[in-house]
Amino acid sequence: MREITYRQALNEALAEELERDPNVFLMGEEVAEYQGAYKVSAGLLQRFGPRRIIDTPISENGFAGLGIGAAMVGLRPIIEFMTFSFSLVAFDQVVNNAPNMFMMSGGQFNIPITFRGPNGPAHQLGATHSHATENFYASVPGLKVCTPATPRDAKGLLKTAIRDDNPVLVLEAELLYSSKGMVEPPDEELLIPLGKAEVKREGSDVTVVCYAQTVPIALKVAAQLEEEDISAEVVDLRSIKPLDEKTIFDSVAKTHRVVIVEQDHPYCGVGAEICYRIQKDIFDELDSPVLRVSQEDIPMPYNEHLEHAVLPNAEKLFDAVKKVCYA
Amino acid sequence: MQQMEQRDEVEMLSLMLLIRRFEERASQQYQAQKIGGFCHLYIGQEAVVVGAIAAVRPDDYVITAYRDHGHALARGTSANACMAELFGKETGCSRGLGGSMHFFDKRHHMYGGHAIVAAHVPLGVGLAFAIKYRGEDRVTLCFFGDGAINQGSFHEALNLAALYKLPIIFICENNLFAMGTSVTRSTSLKRIVDRAEGYDIPGEIVDGMNFREVRDTVAEVADSIRKESHPAFLEVRTYRYRGHSMSDPASYRTKEELEKYRLDDPIIRLRAQLTREGKLTNEQFDQLDKQAKQTVLDSVKFAEESAQLPVEKLHDYVYFDGGKS
Repeated sequence: MREITYRQALNEALAEELERDPNVFLMGEEVAEYQGAYKVSAGLLQRFGPRRIIDTPISENGFAGLGIGAAMVGLRPIIEFMTFSFSLVAFDQVVNNAPNMFMMSGGQFNIPITFRGPNGPAHQLGATHSHATENFYASVPGLKVCTPATPRDAKGLLKTAIRDDNPVLVLEAELLYSSKGMVEPPDEELLIPLGKAEVKREGSDVTVVCYAQTVPIALKVAAQLEEEDISAEVVDLRSIKPLDEKTIFDSVAKTHRVVIVEQDHPYCGVGAEICYRIQKDIFDELDSPVLRVSQEDIPMPYNEHLEHAVLPNAEKLFDAVKKVCYA
Repeated sequence: MQQMEQRDEVEMLSLMLLIRRFEERASQQYQAQKIGGFCHLYIGQEAVVVGAIAAVRPDDYVITAYRDHGHALARGTSANACMAELFGKETGCSRGLGGSMHFFDKRHHMYGGHAIVAAHVPLGVGLAFAIKYRGEDRVTLCFFGDGAINQGSFHEALNLAALYKLPIIFICENNLFAMGTSVTRSTSLKRIVDRAEGYDIPGEIVDGMNFREVRDTVAEVADSIRKESHPAFLEVRTYRYRGHSMSDPASYRTKEELEKYRLDDPIIRLRAQLTREGKLTNEQFDQLDKQAKQTVLDSVKFAEESAQLPVEKLHDYVYFDGGKS
């Protein structure tokens, strides 16, 4: 194991899969000559050439659709959105074409495509550039959605996504690109299955379900709670769809209390789905109502202080945990 | 020119007849409520797809919009599989899961059947991208209607195709109406083909009621593309005799206009050419028409007798597992 950044981990995943499979190519805005808007694709043009690392004009619908067409005949495109906020311009391609093709064609055309890029509120980017899109996309049958929070998960999930025979969205955490973590050396194959959560911290009093940018918040709050003699178990979903119910249920069966901290909006958010499943399947395990901490139901303001107030944050999570623990 | 000679014109005429008779029967079956959803008929436009297909190879890629029955039939999908799809049966070309607007046939390189206007034009560009990526000499035929040319995805797709010099022929089937809106009310340009010029894509206007003109133009363009990859644009002027879909009485146009085009019918025209040249007798034509009608009648029987996909199997069509499960 060695310590690398989330950005490097993604870069390694791309390079390894490009090396492994000649059908894989990377396409998006500024991915080649500029070396990636967030430098995730740094060095790939030099290594793999312009045939496989392809700059596009600002035409999200066009190049997302191009990728889907190429996937229909067996290529394995990786389509980078400069941010998933811009994927909304290509919503029709991602929602209407990629996941429907397999069903509509009676099973003749699966679409082995990866859509990737930063997702979720970053820092003071305002309402149009702060979208957390996971709940939009997870609601669409035929799509898979993962949300890595650590360099190791980023690398392992992206590699798995590229090899998947279906459309997979890898929603990278914009604020975590420079974060560091331990990852297996490059000569050791790292594949993390989709639909498999991970307990990032063990605990016995309360389960905190989190993903992506809320994972570091949950870990920080768990450390704070320790000082108050509350032992929090942190469950990182890693994938939103498919959802690893078992890991969630096992944890809740142990702690009997749950807070879900999500980076999307509360209305029809990821937490609503998890909450529903917990009460449906393990109602008797609960010792208190499930609480959710999410963004407020408000378009994102630019002002830093107001942005903090809208975001799910450590203070809100801390309070919610105390509440479910009646502490 | 090699490809053109391979496809016999009488055979192509019978294909046009098959499409015409198929659509007439589909209309009747729709009214009898055997067919659900939306159903858009191709009657009047047959020379466009048959002309284009006659000019290309069986391994070239074809993709189109929702008025797609003719394209599948022209590509070689059987009338049985097409009619069964309309009936929603498992024996349909998309197992009854796609319906009228979503005909797919991988074996015949028919990549749909796409129902969001112009959303498939980028997909066509993707098919062409794959051809160039692999260094093949195939060509993609990407069909769409005049209604598609004002969508953003159309413009993005044309720019990408031109930028990457992809082997694709954009075939705009200009039937003068996007649903009920005439081209003059939807498009600022007088000539649709001029859209291509804005992307530095060579374009031509083609008489879509004339099988030979469509075939010869597509053959020439495809030949040029195979020599050196580039996109091309054809505005093929045609006319649909029926409404936009089954529920549309087409009251936005006059009887006189329709009659004018009917006199220029693509089937009558090719028949007359072949008869004049001594390649087809009236008896032979009647025989071809009889065959087409019989094939279509048989397809209705086939569709009626076919089974539906069982509900339990539905989940097999959400995610592809590569045969792992």
